[in-house]
This record gives sequence, C-alpha cells and structure tokens, in this order.
Amino acid sequence: MSKVMVVTSGKGGVGKTTSTAALGAALAQRGQTVAVVDFDVGLRNLDLVMGAERRVVFDLVNVAQGDAKLAQALIRDKRLDTLSLLPASQTRDKDALTEEGVGRVIEELRARFDWILCDSPAGIEKGATLAMRFADLAVVVANAEVSSVRDSDRIIGLLDAKTRRAEQGERLDKRLLLTRNDQGRAARGDMMKVEDVLEILAIPLLGVICESPDVLTAANMGAPVTLHSPSSAPALAYADAARRLLGEDLPMTMLAPRQSLISRLFGRRAAA
Amino acid sequence: MSLFRFFTRGPSAPAARNRLQLLLAHERALSGRPDLIAVLQKEILAVIARHIPIDQDKVAVKLDRGAQVSILEIDIEMPDEVLLRG
Repeated sequence: MSKVMVVTSGKGGVGKTTSTAALGAALAQRGQTVAVVDFDVGLRNLDLVMGAERRVVFDLVNVAQGDAKLAQALIRDKRLDTLSLLPASQTRDKDALTEEGVGRVIEELRARFDWILCDSPAGIEKGATLAMRFADLAVVVANAEVSSVRDSDRIIGLLDAKTRRAEQGERLDKRLLLTRNDQGRAARGDMMKVEDVLEILAIPLLGVICESPDVLTAANMGAPVTLHSPSSAPALAYADAARRLLGEDLPMTMLAPRQSLISRLFGRRAAA
Repeated sequence: MSLFRFFTRGPSAPAARNRLQLLLAHERALSGRPDLIAVLQKEILAVIARHIPIDQDKVAVKLDRGAQVSILEIDIEMPDEVLLRG
C-alpha cells in the first residue's frame, strides 16, 4: 500500500524542502521506492536541493494537464535508483494546477511508488492546499520559534479540514518534525524546548533535527543531507525519522552537530 | 567538519555559486519561451510520426544543461516490423 505524505509548515524557510529531500532519500536508502513531488509552482527549488536542476524537462503542471507522460517528467536520482523527482513548473503560476489534475497524477504515482512525498509551498493558499489534499499522512515542519509554531497550528487546522481524508471522516496521521533546533539555546532558556512546542501543538513527534552547517553544505552541493554526509547529526536524525515512518519504535535522541576543535576551545557552538 | 573531509571535499560555496550561475543563465535565456524544450520535442516527434507510428509511452526525453552546450536526448523506440516492412 503506497503512502502519500505532505511535508508542510505554513511558514517559509523552516526546512520543508530540505526535509522532503532528506526524508525521501532516507526512505529510498531503506529500499522503499520514493517519489518526491515539488508543489511550489513558480518557485521550484526541490530540483536544486536534489541536484537535478540541469535535467528538468517536464514538470507537474505538464503531467497534470496531460501535455507529458508521468514517466517523461520523473527524474531518477543518479545516486539512488529507487528515488525519483517530479519537479514543479518554474514558469506557470499556481492556478495552472487543478484538483482533478493533481488527483490523477497522485493516483498514477501511487501505482508506481511506495512513498509519494509532496513538498508544499509556504502559505495556506491553493498550492499548499493542493499539496495536502490527497495526503494519508502529514509531516508538519516547525522551528522552536513563535511565528513558526503559530503557523504550524494553523496548518494543523487546515489538515483537519481541507484534506480529502478529513472530509471523508478518516484519520489523517500528523507528525511534528522540529528543525533547526539548538539545544544549547533551549538549555539557556533562549529558545523554546522541544517539550514546549510539543505541548502547544499536541501532535506526535517524528524527529528533532539540529541546526547544522552540514545542511547548508549538502544544499550547496545539490544532495540530500542523508546522502551527502550520512554520518552527520542531521542525517542521522532524518534517518531515524524515516525509520519511524516505516513503523519502527526508536528512542528520540537529540543529536548535536559535532563541534570543531576551534569552537570547542572558545566554548562556542559550531552553528551559533 | 573533519580535517580529512576538509582536504578531500573543499568548501561547498563555490559549487553552489557555479550551479546557480549555470541554472540562472539558462532560466533567463528561456524567459521569453519557457516551453521551448516541450515545443521542440513535440515538433520533432510530429515529423517522425509522419513516417512511422510512435507509441508515446516509448518516448524518453532527457536533458542535460551544460555551461557551453546542452544536450537534448529523445529516445524513440521503433518497432522492428515497421522498419523491416519499410
């Protein structure tokens, strides 16, 4: 049974695209067949983060409108052949997508892949609601920061109202992925703690990803962090999150990025 | 970052800059005709379809955008009986 998972947040810049790429690659590394779909029509970036930007020919809009076959638009990852990307259109706007068109594409993807990860655009408008529309499960990406948590709460409300599952009275599984976390700041009382955010949003925790320069480096190189630096703290946390998605019950570990000798000597955090 | 990785990989910012320069050059050049590749593919296939039947499911389109040249690759599977009869 294939699963459609939306990666969403409301707020921009919290790590949706990074998390989509990293979780997609981590699931594919565990033998699952995975398609990552960019719903940010007009402002695509998943292709760039995955390192496939030079190979984009057709996109989600082309397939939804019947101008290209799904197989022609899917870009298979060069490192992992169980991982494919369906890019967004860079030249159209979000009105180019219709619910019927997206529904057809999702059905076709379901026939080919174990996992379909929908990378939502920021905001709560058409692109975001279409990305979540056919989801079986949602990953809400948030930072421990007031505006992000508020927007996440709004998105959770939309997930419970606007998805097809919710409308049919079925349960939509929602999990929180806390990204850019800085335990040092949380310990000093400068940042909300994981427990604080969990208490406010009241959905189960999928994982905690620490703030780390490895994430930026991986994006610079055009590789999901789970492929580019698999032993880094964020990659290990994403890999654990992927195992939880596959049903494993793992203890939640808060990994901090390894500190360089210099920052250790001066007592600063690498990411500060 | 370990010393080993520092020497073997080098900093990633130049890679980011190069990738962006290449990508944006292509996107700006195509800003007036964003669907050029799709149009090219459609017209090339139409010419071939005049002579032999093409199964749209057996057409693979690949693109590799490079700094100097880009390569558009269109693989069309042609059934043997059509070619042998011709």
